[in-house]
Amino acid sequence: MATIGIPRTLAYFIYFPFWREFFASLGHNVVVSSPTSKAILDKGVKEAVNDACIPIKLYHGHVADLIGKVDYVFTPRLVSLRKFGEFGTETLCPKFLGLPDMLRASIDDLPPLIDTRVDLRQGRQELFRVCRDIGEMLGAARSDIRRAVAQAKRRQERFQRLLYQGVLPEQAIEAVFGGTLPSVNQGTPEFSVAVVGYPYVVYDPFVNVGLFGLLERENARVYTQEMLPARKMAAEARKLPKNMFWYFSNRALHGALYFMAQKYIDGIIHVTAFACGPDSMVDRMMELQAKQQGGIPFMSIMVDEHTGEAGIRTRVEAFLDMLRYRRQKHEN
Amino acid sequence: MRISFPRMGYSYIAFKYLVENIGHDCVVPPEPSKKTLDLGVRYSPEFACIPFKILMGTYLEVAEMGADTIITSGGVGPCRAGYYWIMHQQILKELGIEMNIIGFEPPLHDLRDFWKKLKLVWKSGGVSYKEFVRVLQVAWEKLKAIDDLEQLSFHVRPYEVVRGETTRTLWKALEMLDQACTVADIAAARDEGARLLNLVTRDETRDPLRVGIIGEIYVVLEPSANHYLQIMLGEMGVSVDRSIYLTGYCGRNTIVTPEDDVFAMARPYLNEAPIGGHGVNSVGETVLYAKHGFDGVVQLAPFACIPEIVAKSIIPRISRELDIPVLTLFIDEQTGKAGVQTRIEAFIDLLEKRRERKRKGRGRLVV
Repeated sequence: MATIGIPRTLAYFIYFPFWREFFASLGHNVVVSSPTSKAILDKGVKEAVNDACIPIKLYHGHVADLIGKVDYVFTPRLVSLRKFGEFGTETLCPKFLGLPDMLRASIDDLPPLIDTRVDLRQGRQELFRVCRDIGEMLGAARSDIRRAVAQAKRRQERFQRLLYQGVLPEQAIEAVFGGTLPSVNQGTPEFSVAVVGYPYVVYDPFVNVGLFGLLERENARVYTQEMLPARKMAAEARKLPKNMFWYFSNRALHGALYFMAQKYIDGIIHVTAFACGPDSMVDRMMELQAKQQGGIPFMSIMVDEHTGEAGIRTRVEAFLDMLRYRRQKHEN
Repeated sequence: MRISFPRMGYSYIAFKYLVENIGHDCVVPPEPSKKTLDLGVRYSPEFACIPFKILMGTYLEVAEMGADTIITSGGVGPCRAGYYWIMHQQILKELGIEMNIIGFEPPLHDLRDFWKKLKLVWKSGGVSYKEFVRVLQVAWEKLKAIDDLEQLSFHVRPYEVVRGETTRTLWKALEMLDQACTVADIAAARDEGARLLNLVTRDETRDPLRVGIIGEIYVVLEPSANHYLQIMLGEMGVSVDRSIYLTGYCGRNTIVTPEDDVFAMARPYLNEAPIGGHGVNSVGETVLYAKHGFDGVVQLAPFACIPEIVAKSIIPRISRELDIPVLTLFIDEQTGKAGVQTRIEAFIDLLEKRRERKRKGRGRLVV
């Protein structure tokens, strides 16, 4: 039995239930790094290459946070999660592809990394192969692995269903592992706002300095692209001349396109990280599409190491004020 | 059609020939200048990499000069460059500029799309199929000759006695190539150019440092994007070896990819390939340069270039383990020539001191 550490960032927000269940049913102990904080960010900034974007720096920080607490750190090399795009070549951002090697080159005294290559566009059996490699590395029998994968898949499906119902990932993770769902505010929200972007930026309250809380206090209901089933997203892909090459970017963009076409959405906020490579394309594309598709209000918020709460609050309040004026103008 | 294309080093000579001889008008893109960059920066996304911004500016300039079509390359990711032409098209449309951008995707990924675009360019030109193929061949020969001459100039320049003579001779040779219209003419022009370059007055007593240049293809190939770094190094008396040439790149990426040797070199440090752009190449080539006894390596990359950031974070480890100094220059619109020059001079000083110490047998200089 080993203790396996999982960094609380990047793919954590969408795949954690699967891996926690998988490792737990093989009899291992799963430890998650502490929620993102200034200390973790500082560690990351210290360890990572200075030109990296904030999510990559945070990842370094989270891995550093696990040192000394775990036997292995689970940092799979995420290459692709589906076969998609004009050429079937969709991958994740190149930084994800090189991430385990970046960690090894930058951080000293690393515990062993489980850096199995996850390249799901290869076919249906690929996920099982990945799990088998990891399981065998940890010394599990083939039958146990098969059972663990089945259980993990079930857990992930439950999680996914909750997301489609509009539950945010952190709450859904708690709920699928025996917690209770927080009660939903039954009042009518004043606005419906879609927040799109990468899960590790959108759902990490430290990175976006509490954007969701802010919107909630302003009585706005939040929609994100994780609440949309794959089928609806795929329909949006056809609106573009060419799809992006990156999984999370495609999801954010397709999500934004979907929400643009919905009458109940008042505005769209794109949260992006400073100097994010793919987002330089995604953000402009969203902006152009928002203009072309009837001029739905669109705002992009860029976050970095120095983002302060006051700055975000001012911009969100201004955005909502604008939505309010716009509504009044339309009513008159 | 009045066709233009992105400018990348001296390759425009071959592309100009190609466009003119398949029956179209050619708008030769001007060398990227301050104006190009200003235009590009104004209309590009803030964090697009510098090649995107330079191309944006170039397209706006050629639109002013009357071009109505731009031929460029596409891509299948994960480097952003494959998405450029879509974004450029969208931004130009937003600005109200009628411009048809034809982005050629790697043919093996979508043969039909490639053929469709090729046919569009060929049919609208009105030349016969035989002639079209012949022109393509000649253009390819031209590209190869240009690369040969440029490569030769890197080895001549550090020995030149009169500063700038090599560069002037190279220009003369390129002009001759520009005039050549058949495969035989090109061979003759190349030989004559090589002869002229070899006639440059040399000081053979010099002992130039050997420096490898790695990095992202556009900023490596386009001299104005890297502030004429290769000429700068040559004139400081450094023999430059460049890892990327356009002919090598096109040959590889359109038909086959025999980059296995470079990838194999990179594997102990970066166990994934490709990661887009020239990220893995940068890692592998650093290893190769170290093994071939080069004195140092300069990595050139646009600011926020994703694959090169991955490479940059891994290279210090190679630098430590294989004992080869590496200088990384991230280039953006704020980069000034003086800044580049100062850093390069300091780096070269360091390499010289290091070599001296090594030769005296005092062992490794700890950096």
